[in-house]
Amino acid sequence: MMKSLLIEASKCTGCLQCEMACSYENEGVFNPARSRIKVFTFHSEGRFVPYTCTQCEDAWCMQACPVDAIVINAQTGSKDVLEDICVGCKVCTIACPFGTVNYNQDSGKVIKCDLCGGDPQCVAACPTAAITYVDADATGLSRMRDWAAKTDNAAAPH
Amino acid sequence: MAWTKKILRVNLTDGTCVPEPLNMQWAAEYLGQRGLATRYLVEEVDPRCDALSPENKMIMATGPLTGTMASTGGRYSVITKSPLTGAVACSNSGGFIGAELKNAGWDMIIFEGKSAEPVYLFIENERAELLPAGDLWGKSVWEADEMIHKKHQDPQIRIAAVGRSAESGCLYAAIINDLHRAAGRSGVGTVMASKNLKAVAVRGTRGVGNIKDPARFMQATTEQKKVLADNAVTGQGLPTYGTQVLMNVINELGALPTRNMREVQFEGAHKISGEAMHEPRKSDGKANLTTNAGCFACTIACGRISTVDRGHFSVENKPEYWGNSGGLEYEAAWAMGTDTGVDDLDAVTYVNFLCNEDGIDPITFGATVAAAMELYKDGAITKQDTGGVELEFGSAKALVWAAEVTCKGEGFGKILGLGSKRMCEKYGRPELSMTVKGQEFPAYDPRGIQGMGLTYATSNRGACHLRSYTVSSEVLGIPEKTDPLVTEGKAGLVKAFQDATAAVDSSGLCIFTTFAWSLENIAPQIDAACEGDWTPERLLEAGERIWNLERDFNMNAGLTAADDNLPRRLLEEPANTGPAEGKVSGLPEMLPEYYNLRGWTNDGKVTSELRSRFNLPG
Repeated sequence: MMKSLLIEASKCTGCLQCEMACSYENEGVFNPARSRIKVFTFHSEGRFVPYTCTQCEDAWCMQACPVDAIVINAQTGSKDVLEDICVGCKVCTIACPFGTVNYNQDSGKVIKCDLCGGDPQCVAACPTAAITYVDADATGLSRMRDWAAKTDNAAAPH
Repeated sequence: MAWTKKILRVNLTDGTCVPEPLNMQWAAEYLGQRGLATRYLVEEVDPRCDALSPENKMIMATGPLTGTMASTGGRYSVITKSPLTGAVACSNSGGFIGAELKNAGWDMIIFEGKSAEPVYLFIENERAELLPAGDLWGKSVWEADEMIHKKHQDPQIRIAAVGRSAESGCLYAAIINDLHRAAGRSGVGTVMASKNLKAVAVRGTRGVGNIKDPARFMQATTEQKKVLADNAVTGQGLPTYGTQVLMNVINELGALPTRNMREVQFEGAHKISGEAMHEPRKSDGKANLTTNAGCFACTIACGRISTVDRGHFSVENKPEYWGNSGGLEYEAAWAMGTDTGVDDLDAVTYVNFLCNEDGIDPITFGATVAAAMELYKDGAITKQDTGGVELEFGSAKALVWAAEVTCKGEGFGKILGLGSKRMCEKYGRPELSMTVKGQEFPAYDPRGIQGMGLTYATSNRGACHLRSYTVSSEVLGIPEKTDPLVTEGKAGLVKAFQDATAAVDSSGLCIFTTFAWSLENIAPQIDAACEGDWTPERLLEAGERIWNLERDFNMNAGLTAADDNLPRRLLEEPANTGPAEGKVSGLPEMLPEYYNLRGWTNDGKVTSELRSRFNLPG
């Protein structure tokens, strides 16, 4: 079963545990500046919103890459950057409509979310379950359940 | 490891920024942040210097766990000599700038001298430079924050700044970082402004590594996050209500100092409580509280994000205050609400916004307004002094006016900016200042919580709840319940809390973790990150060393045992209602035992035996 990251921004407190988990997994240091997932603060609205790659089925980044350095991970469905092949041309960063592929000055390559090979560390680190890893076909399930709970059985037509 | 082992020395007189290695022998003795920076202060600053002269230095210091995944590992502290107390100042803040500084590769910054012109420090990883701040001077923290972000065109820069209060000499100006987190107490912002330093702006992209045993560190921090999540206080109470969970609890206990500590229970407490912040307003159906928020790495998230009712008199014509910002924490709600007798949640929230916007300590500010209200009631302050304002207890209008003039340093705000000790002396009523060593009390009445009387009297930075929060034991039963109304055993309790707290404050972690964690939970995280063996016993020893070092600085600064005292009101005027009715603070019963447990002389001095045991300087 393919799984997706499900982000529920209303649960986020802006603590950045996800950014540290991501950078630690991928870079071996705690470094939000090198995280593939980013939490945005909208201060005057009082909102925190985590955002990362949604692993598009027909991925713009993959289409745009001139050296085929972005490939589909058959296990997880994630679109992974092959570091050895990436030439750092950054065309994918332009092609991605969501801005979730970014250049890394230190390595000269691009970085993006690869779902940690199926065990996303941001999910493990999130203290409020604002980020979960769920059945890709049912990301709406928990919201459906919330609405279902509000449905008045007695009022249903017979 | 976990330390970057690098400090930045900024000489404002010469305009230089020079890196130097961290003294690792001191790091082994004092860990980081509070302890380690105090060691540098003691080495480099004459305790008798004028706090607002170029001879004083100001240190911004992280701990070894700052910037790591350890829960709450984002703290930094500002250490300097206080202009309010003349004692050591040590103010701790969360938010994000501490971790950013560590990510840029620095354990601490030492500021020395004084710049001829206003400047701000800009750090981008290893590059550090002083930039002109003429255009920022005269601006609030919030304006300066926006201007600096615009100038560098980088939204990811983290900024700490001082506001107009600090510039105009308010003696309890705070340093505000990330818009609404504060190194709040003892006037550290006043020292910063005295050096013509408006702001510190940091961008760090190097990351925090140097973890001694990464696998063990990840395991230990993960386990301990679970402990926080499973604990009723850190897992439920604080996220839901913030520290404001305490307002109704402490009121019930009869330990809620009210109207300049003349009473111990407030009839309006429930209206400004954590619970009230959740209730929908009549006007727009929204609650005061929008959401809770975490500082860097914090899995507790006690922070409050709030709005003021747009129709409230304080903001009705000021759309710039209609958005969300840092909401009320317990000490601020108490000082500006309960202690002034104001039960208007919107007024107190707005005033809290102002404290953040221009950087003042809400505890000292609120308590100073409370003292001014008592002076007004007694006729010592008149409408002539206030320019016609009726400074009555319970007046939200008076509170709002007081905050506006104090934040801008205008008119009577200059008097309020002196703090209650100097203000009450000026009007000939020094006994009305509720202070120790010149710093105002926080929100726990020592008549109803006896351990807090000794805590306040002996705190190295003047009256403060955060040096030994015996409320944990006396009210919440953590780690074990003691009777808040008795003095017996409190000397030992206070010492134990003081030493443990000094260690936590030196680690990069938040003291609020200690509702769920003891040093037994903290030591494995430090030990996995830092070189050397860090046991709970070693941390406690470091804490005691730090406490004695701070005490030594204060005694050398000219303080004496006579300064370990409480205002007459708390020693002679009994609590008038509630469970503590008839009680005064039993400080005289606790203090000699405390000196004895500390191993100090009868006049409260650190002995040569202690100095040699802890390898203290001098």
